[in-house]
Amino acid sequence: MSNMQSAEAGLRSIPALLARNAAQFGNRAAYREKEFGIWQSWTWAETSRQIRDIALGFLVLGLKPGEHVAIIGRNRPMHYWSMVAAQMCGAVPVPLYQDAVADEMAYVLGNCGARFVVCGDQEQVDKVLEVGDRAPAVQHLIYTDRRGMRKYDHSRMNALADIQTEGRAAEQRLGAELDARIAGLGYDDTCVMLYTSGTTGKPKGVVLSNRNIIETSKNSAGFDRLTEAEEVLAYLPMAWVGDFIFSVGQAYSAGFTVNCPEGAQTMMTDLREIGPSYFFAPPRVFEGQLTSVMIRMEDAGRIKRGLFRHFMDLARRVGPSILEGRSVGPLDRLRYGLGNLLIYGPLKNTLGYSRIRVGYTAGEAIGPEIFSFYRSLGINLKQLYGQTEASVFITQQPDGAVRPDTVGVPSPGVELKIAESGEVFYRGPGTFVEYFGNPDSTASTKDPEGWVATGDAGFFEEQTGQLRIIDRAKDVGKMADGRMFAPKYVENKLKFYPNILEAVVFGAGREFCTAFINIDLTAVGNWAERNNIAYASYQELAGHPQVYAMIRDHVSQVNASVAEDPMLSGCQISRFLVLHKELDPDDGEMTRTRKVRRGVIADKYADLIAALYDGSQNVFTETEVTYEDGRKGRIKATLRIEDAQVAPPALHVKPRGIAA
Amino acid sequence: MIATPAAEFSTDKGATRPVLMDLKNITLRFGGVVAIKDISFDIREGEIRAIIGPNGAGKSSMLNVISGFYVPQQGEIWFEGQKRPPMKPYQVARLGLARTFQNIALFDGMSVLDNIMTGRLNKMKSSLFSQALWWGPAEREEVENRAQVEKIIDFLEIQNIRKTPVGRLPYGLKKRVELARALAAEPRILLLDEPMAGMNVEEKEDMCRFILDVNDEFGTTIVLIEHDMGVVMDLSDRVVVMDYGRKIGDGTPDEVRANPEVISAYLGVAHE
Repeated sequence: MSNMQSAEAGLRSIPALLARNAAQFGNRAAYREKEFGIWQSWTWAETSRQIRDIALGFLVLGLKPGEHVAIIGRNRPMHYWSMVAAQMCGAVPVPLYQDAVADEMAYVLGNCGARFVVCGDQEQVDKVLEVGDRAPAVQHLIYTDRRGMRKYDHSRMNALADIQTEGRAAEQRLGAELDARIAGLGYDDTCVMLYTSGTTGKPKGVVLSNRNIIETSKNSAGFDRLTEAEEVLAYLPMAWVGDFIFSVGQAYSAGFTVNCPEGAQTMMTDLREIGPSYFFAPPRVFEGQLTSVMIRMEDAGRIKRGLFRHFMDLARRVGPSILEGRSVGPLDRLRYGLGNLLIYGPLKNTLGYSRIRVGYTAGEAIGPEIFSFYRSLGINLKQLYGQTEASVFITQQPDGAVRPDTVGVPSPGVELKIAESGEVFYRGPGTFVEYFGNPDSTASTKDPEGWVATGDAGFFEEQTGQLRIIDRAKDVGKMADGRMFAPKYVENKLKFYPNILEAVVFGAGREFCTAFINIDLTAVGNWAERNNIAYASYQELAGHPQVYAMIRDHVSQVNASVAEDPMLSGCQISRFLVLHKELDPDDGEMTRTRKVRRGVIADKYADLIAALYDGSQNVFTETEVTYEDGRKGRIKATLRIEDAQVAPPALHVKPRGIAA
Repeated sequence: MIATPAAEFSTDKGATRPVLMDLKNITLRFGGVVAIKDISFDIREGEIRAIIGPNGAGKSSMLNVISGFYVPQQGEIWFEGQKRPPMKPYQVARLGLARTFQNIALFDGMSVLDNIMTGRLNKMKSSLFSQALWWGPAEREEVENRAQVEKIIDFLEIQNIRKTPVGRLPYGLKKRVELARALAAEPRILLLDEPMAGMNVEEKEDMCRFILDVNDEFGTTIVLIEHDMGVVMDLSDRVVVMDYGRKIGDGTPDEVRANPEVISAYLGVAHE
């Protein structure tokens, strides 16, 4: 045992962890990938050999320490191995988003100056070739999938498997050199560089050290007691920090198994076959699964539907308590057990969550109903709050203290503070080293004491001590009377209604809040069909009195729930209108990732906003629209403005400042 | 910096390769109707050969002659330097021909996987009895064939619908499954009857890529009928043009495009 502890101290790089795993868990599966319809697997011992051969192959091609190696492809063992192989050579892996177009790739490749690029397939190779002179440093193109590659000029191009074979042959010649490089890896050397997507401006390369990754992985694995027995499904983009932490950092630190799906489209089937014990997914995955379950239940027979409804009601009542180990009556416990046998168990099996021990969601707000649906089934779904710059973990929810509207307590080793403005700052072992080649940005994000600004506003809840994120800090403002205004908080609540696709809330510097609502054509169209409501166009449906009545109902309910929060009760929506057109990235009203551009909307629809505040009942407007092929047109409409019911603010809690 | 990809798909492929199939003076009549009138052309090893022409020109009949479904009244078919006697389609299939159909001909109730497995029929040797009992050689044989089918599934990127009944698939995917089944027979010559008909642009692009990849990766000779001129001109090494059962042009896409008779018959009369 003492032997092992002294060994632990030497684990200062991913290749060192690999060597430990090969020795300690040699016969356990490290990777699985479904190929040709069968799950292929590699043990830690085999993985170690594979990676070493790739690393030797890189040495044959002349990879130098400190260089960047770009990796573009889907989640495959070969790509993960290439990253670790690059690390063995003292180089820095830089995974790129595989769905990026050539122009976006050109910037990143040019910025990091990679000489070696590992491409998943022909598509990625073509993109790198298209980048051409914009990334002059690129010298070696290496591809994983040989398909369609035969006719390319191979003077500077190689198949990864060929490089691996050459590397194996060079063991005698270059083995000592490789060992020396592995031994030379320091705790503060760069482990990986990940580009942030950057909603504003160019992407920035976030430099994360071995210390960042290994300490964060060790801490977070300890937090959830992850062991070498966990199974994860690696399906999120390799360029995203979360995948690096889950599928590399934690996997190597705890020694568990990483499963790679056959392809993006088979993900759901593969999820079911693997049944991961540790799982991460953005809210939309959980939403999608819940919707498909509900639709299928609608089509099921009467008995099944009845059983499902009965036991889901029971689960909603007692499920979360059972999951969190609180006391539940023996009768309910018995009934829950029966439900588990008849409904919950089979359902979890269908979803692929039979074995799940720890599940996380993050990235955006998750609807409380969706969240509690999974928790009531006994799936330990939790929330975390993180960033690339923090090596993911800033806060996370501990078992037994999970709430849908908070993001948890500070992760082990992480310190948090909240500035006067409400912005959340953190400092911890995972805090990034710098933005690559960008000292100005580094200085403006991270202060000399190591505190990093998240750009999000939030506060600590008094009763739970958990952090709650309200909005982007730059969007949080004050209303005319000084009450806090957090538009996204309210918009998210509105968007949890399936009938509402988008909402834009106004109120900074105003007396009261107002909102634009976009209906969801699929959901509202469906509802109209069921209720025999005829409509000829989106515009007509959006302006239909019954649609307005339905939306008013939703808004009033949101107001009631906003009013429960004394700090934010001012954000209730007094007046609203339903927009005559969908907000669209083509018109510049949203970003490509569907985030609302407030500035553009405020300018474009100034007349509508004025009408929301001047008390008029109707407003005539003319809007320019851009069609998909780039042509422009104008649409005219008279929009109705309605008042919503505003609830009195909750009085039982005294108002308090936002600084913690 | 790395050089751009080497030569595009070479166009001289047809002229240099050995002849795989030679059709000599084929005439096909249905009663008084002459569907094909004295047509001769050859198909070379490893090329993509297109047959084009207006509606009713006799293209599908030509394909059916090649596949052995129709026996021409006159003319000879030479395959690998030997004269092919009149044969039934299943005998032709054993020689190494596989085809897809203009109107999809799959088993709707069977899964994609099972449909493609039927393409391996000619590769299975064990008896019905031992297959039914799943015994000894039959089991081994099925495993081998399944491995081959999985390679094709991977190649055509249809892993996600492996177990889906074909009847539930959209049209474009059914076409791809049909191609998969034809490929499962490991044909020397693959006959495609309007592989892009009724597809949207994206599906067409996918299909083009698959056809080129099949030709490139497996070296399969491909004969295709297609109406989309853009597709034909991009894909094919050589093109035969038919009109009212006659051959009016034969050559590379560029030659055919410049042939005045082809222009007047197929693309409309050129005005001065």
